[in-house]
Amino acid sequence: MRYALRRLGFFVVTLWIALTLNFLLPRLMPGNPALAMLSKFHGELSPKAVNALEVLFGVNTKESLLSQYFSYLHQIVTGNFGTSLSQYPASVTSVIGSAIWWTIGLVGVTTTLAFLLGTGLGIVSAWRRGSKLDSVVPPTFVITSAIPYFWIAMVLVLIFGLTLHWFPSQGGYYVTTDTPGLNLTYFQDVLNHAFLPAISLLIATIGTWILTMRNTMITTLAEDYVRMARAKGLPNRRIMFDYAARNAILPNLTGFAMSLGFVVSGAILIEYVFNYPGVGFMLLQAVDGEDYPLMQGLFLLITVAVLFAILIADVLTALLDPRTRTAS
Amino acid sequence: MLEVSGLSVDYLLDRGNVRAVDDVSFTVGRGEFLGIVGESGCGKSTLLFAVAQLLAPPAEVAAGTVTFDGVNLVGLTDKQLSVMRWRDMSVVMQSAMNALNPVKTIGAQFKDAMRAHGKFTAEEIAVRSADVLKMVGIDPVHLGSYPHQLSGGMRQRSMIAMAMLFTPDLVIMDEPTSALDVVAQRSLMVQIKELQLAFGFAVIFVTHDMSLISHFSDRLMVMYAGQVDELGATKTVFDRPLHPYTQGLLEAFPSIRGPRVPLKGIPGNPPDLSRVPSGCRFRPRCPYAIDKCAEVAPDLYPLDGTLVRCLRREDGSLAS
Amino acid sequence: MAMPVSGVPTETPAAQAPELGSGRALGRIGRAVRLNRKATIGAVLLGIFILIALFPGVIAHDSPTQDAYPAQLGVSTAHLLGTNHYGQDLFAQLVYGTRNVLLIAFVVGLATTTIAVLIGVAAAYLGGLTDSSLNVVTDVLLVIPLFPLLIVIAAYAHGGTTLVLIAAITLTSWSYTARQLRSQALTLRRRDFLEAARVRGERPAYIILVELIPTMTSLLVASFLTNALYAVLFASSLQFIGLGDPNTVSWGTTLYWAQNNAALQTGEPLWAIAPGFLIATLGAAFALLNYAFDEIGNPALRPVRRSKRARRTDA
Repeated sequence: MRYALRRLGFFVVTLWIALTLNFLLPRLMPGNPALAMLSKFHGELSPKAVNALEVLFGVNTKESLLSQYFSYLHQIVTGNFGTSLSQYPASVTSVIGSAIWWTIGLVGVTTTLAFLLGTGLGIVSAWRRGSKLDSVVPPTFVITSAIPYFWIAMVLVLIFGLTLHWFPSQGGYYVTTDTPGLNLTYFQDVLNHAFLPAISLLIATIGTWILTMRNTMITTLAEDYVRMARAKGLPNRRIMFDYAARNAILPNLTGFAMSLGFVVSGAILIEYVFNYPGVGFMLLQAVDGEDYPLMQGLFLLITVAVLFAILIADVLTALLDPRTRTAS
Repeated sequence: MLEVSGLSVDYLLDRGNVRAVDDVSFTVGRGEFLGIVGESGCGKSTLLFAVAQLLAPPAEVAAGTVTFDGVNLVGLTDKQLSVMRWRDMSVVMQSAMNALNPVKTIGAQFKDAMRAHGKFTAEEIAVRSADVLKMVGIDPVHLGSYPHQLSGGMRQRSMIAMAMLFTPDLVIMDEPTSALDVVAQRSLMVQIKELQLAFGFAVIFVTHDMSLISHFSDRLMVMYAGQVDELGATKTVFDRPLHPYTQGLLEAFPSIRGPRVPLKGIPGNPPDLSRVPSGCRFRPRCPYAIDKCAEVAPDLYPLDGTLVRCLRREDGSLAS
Repeated sequence: MAMPVSGVPTETPAAQAPELGSGRALGRIGRAVRLNRKATIGAVLLGIFILIALFPGVIAHDSPTQDAYPAQLGVSTAHLLGTNHYGQDLFAQLVYGTRNVLLIAFVVGLATTTIAVLIGVAAAYLGGLTDSSLNVVTDVLLVIPLFPLLIVIAAYAHGGTTLVLIAAITLTSWSYTARQLRSQALTLRRRDFLEAARVRGERPAYIILVELIPTMTSLLVASFLTNALYAVLFASSLQFIGLGDPNTVSWGTTLYWAQNNAALQTGEPLWAIAPGFLIATLGAAFALLNYAFDEIGNPALRPVRRSKRARRTDA
C-alpha cells in the first residue's frame, strides 16, 4: 500500500514538473517565441484564442510570474490547451484527437510484440548459453540497438517500398481513394501502410529487450535458488520460467519504464520518415509551422502517456515481487 | 550407499583448465554422518555439487564416478537424475535467503518439489508440508510466508524441512550454519542430529568450522587444495590428528578447558590451484617438510584405520 | 535513436573486486580490450573515425560545401558517393562531417559522465536529505521523455548551433548514468577499504575523489561510451528533423537536406542512406565497446566454454 502511494506520488510530482517545464521554457527563451507567433497571426484569432495563448505563453501580461503560473495551471486542468495555429480554428485537443489513435495503434502493438518476442528470445538465449543461438544473438542485437531508428525506416522504405513496391511508403492510408470508416478497403489499406513503420519500430526496439533480459537471466541463473531448483529435480521448463525468468524479469520491468522514452522517440522519427499521421509526425509539423500551442499540448500528452505506462509497470512489479509490497 | 571414486572436477577457464577437485574418493554408508572440513577455496563446495550433479559451467566433472545406490550419476541427463533427486538425495545450501526463490511462498516451493516426483493431491501436499515444518519446529502457518518475511534461522530450518519432504537416504549440506550466529548454529546442528537419528538418513556436511562438526559427525574428511588429506573416524582424527594440516587446524582453536597456550595459526596461504606446488601441496606451509616432499606427491596411506596423505607418515619418519 | 543496452540500474551487481588504482585499472582495461573480440572491433572502428575527423583533408579531396559539380552524379572514382542535388560532393561532406559528430559525442560523453559522477556519487556518499532530493530530481528527469523535450527546447530556440545541441543533450541525459553510478557507489560505500580511509580520518572529499572514484573506472568508461552513443543518435536525429543548424557540415544535417529533397524518392538514395549508415556504424562501435565492458565488469556474462563431455540438459 505504501509502495503504491509512493509511486502515485512520484507520478504526480513528475507530472507537475512537466507542466512547470512547459510553463517556464517559452518564458526563459530569449525573445518570447509567442510574441512572434502572435504578431504573425494578428487579426486572425478570436479574442478567446488570443487570451488562451497569452495565458499559455505569458505575453502581454502585467501579472507576476506566480499568478501567471496559477492561471496557466487552472487552464490546463480545465482541459484548455488553446487553439491550434496551423489548423485554426480547431482546438489543440481536437487536433490531437485525430492523430492519437494512429500512434497508439502503431506503438502499442509494436511495443507489446517487441517486448514479448524480445523477452522470450532473451530467456531462451540465456538458458542455452554457449549454444549456436547464443553466440549469434548478442552481437547481432547489440548492433541493431545502436542503429538510428530513422535509418532502419529509410532502408526499409527504399527496399520494400520504392524498389520492390511491396508496401506503400507514405501515409496512413490512401488519402485520395480511401474513405475512413468501417469498410474493408480502408482496413486493408491501413494495415498495408502500417506494416513498414511497424517492422521498423520492431527491429529497432527488440534488441534492447533481448539483451537486457539475457543479461539479467544469466545473472539469475547463477543464483543459488536456481541450483536448488535443479537439486529438487524440477523439470527444466519450470525452472526456466518459474524460478529464473520470474526473478530476472523484475529489473527489466523497471527498465521498461525508462526505455519507453526511447520508444516514443523512435516512434516520432519513424512517423516522420513515413509521413505516418500520428502524434509524432504532428509534433514535428507543429515545430515546423511554429504552432506552439499544439507543440505544448503534444509534449504534455506524450509525457502523461509515458508516465501512465510507467505507473502500470510499477503496479506489475508490485504484483510480481512480494518484496516490494512489504516495507522497504 | 554412496561411493565416490577418483572424482575430479575442472573449471574450464579462458586461461586453461583449473582442477578444483583432484582424485577424491570416499564412501558413505547408510545413516552415516560424514563431515568435510577445509579452508575456503579447498574445493569442498565444488566436491559437494559434483556429487549432487549440480555443477554449472564452467565447472564440470573431468574424471571419476559417483555411485549412488549402485548407479553411476556422472553423465546422466537431467531427466534420468530427476528420478532420484529429492526422493533419495536432497540438498541444503548455505544461505537460505539465496537458496529460496524470493518470489514464491515457502509452501509453493514445497509443492514444486513434491509435484516433481509424483502425483499427490493438494491435501496430501498440504499435510506433508505442515508435517515437515513441525519437524523442525516451525509453525505451519508460515507455508504462506515469503522467504524475506522469515528470520535467518527460520529460513535455514525451512530449507531443512524441505529436504525432508521425502525422507531421503542422503542429505547433502553445504555450510548450512555459516550464515547464522553461534547460538542458532548449535540449535540447528542439534536439530539436524535429532532428525538424523529419528529417520536414519546419511549426511554429508561441509563446513570450515571444525570444532562445530566434531561433536556431530561420525567420520571426518579434511580437504586441502582440492585433495583429501585425512579421512577417518572423528574421534580418532580429533584426538590424534595425523596430517600436519589437520594438526594446524586443531591447534588454531583454543580449548576451553585446557591450559592457556598461545594460538598458532598456519603460516602462508592455500596455493593457487592453477599453479600447485610440486610434490606435496601442503609442503610450503608444513613445519615437518623434508626435501623429498617437494619431489614426490603423496597418495592416501592407511594408518591405523585413518587415511592420510603424508610422505613422512607413510615412511614412519614422523612419529605420532 | 536506440535504447539502453547495458545493465539496468540499482539491481545490477556491481563490478566484482575493486580495481586497485586507476593506473592498473586502465592497464587491465587495455588488456581486456585486446582480448575481447567485440571490444577490438569497436575500438578499431572508433579509431578509424577519429582519424578521419582529425585529417579530413587527407581522405577527401573536395570541399564539403562548395557546390562546384553537376548535380546528381552517380558513384564514380572522382566522386566516391556521387554528388547531391546541389552539386556537392557527398563523400567530402560525410568525411568533414565526422568532426562535428565526434565532437558532440566526446564532449557530451565527458560532460554527462562528469555531472552524473558528481550527482550520483555525492548522493550515495552523503546520504540523507541530499540523497533524497537528488534522487527525486534524477528520477523525474529519467522519466520525462527526452527526445520530445529536446524537440521543444530546440524549437523554442529556433534550431540551435552545435553548442546549443551539446548543452541541451547534456543537461537532459545525465540522469540514467547518475542512477547507475549512485547504485554502485552505494554498494562500494561499505567496503573495507573505504572504512579504512574513514577511520584514518580522511575528509569525505578525499575519500570520494581518491579512493572511491578510481575503483569505479570500468563503470565510468562504460557510461562515457553510453552517453557518447546517445549523443550521436540524439544530435543526428535533431539535425535530421531540422532542429540543428542546417548550415553545419554534419551527418545529421546531410540527412536533413536529403529528406528535404526527397532523396529516396527521386533516385538519389545514397544521399540518405550513406550518412545513416555512418551513424549506425559509429553507434555500433560505441555499443560493441560498451557491451564488451559489460562483460569485463561482470565476469558472469562472459562467453562460456562448453566441453563435449558436458551433460546434456533438455529444456
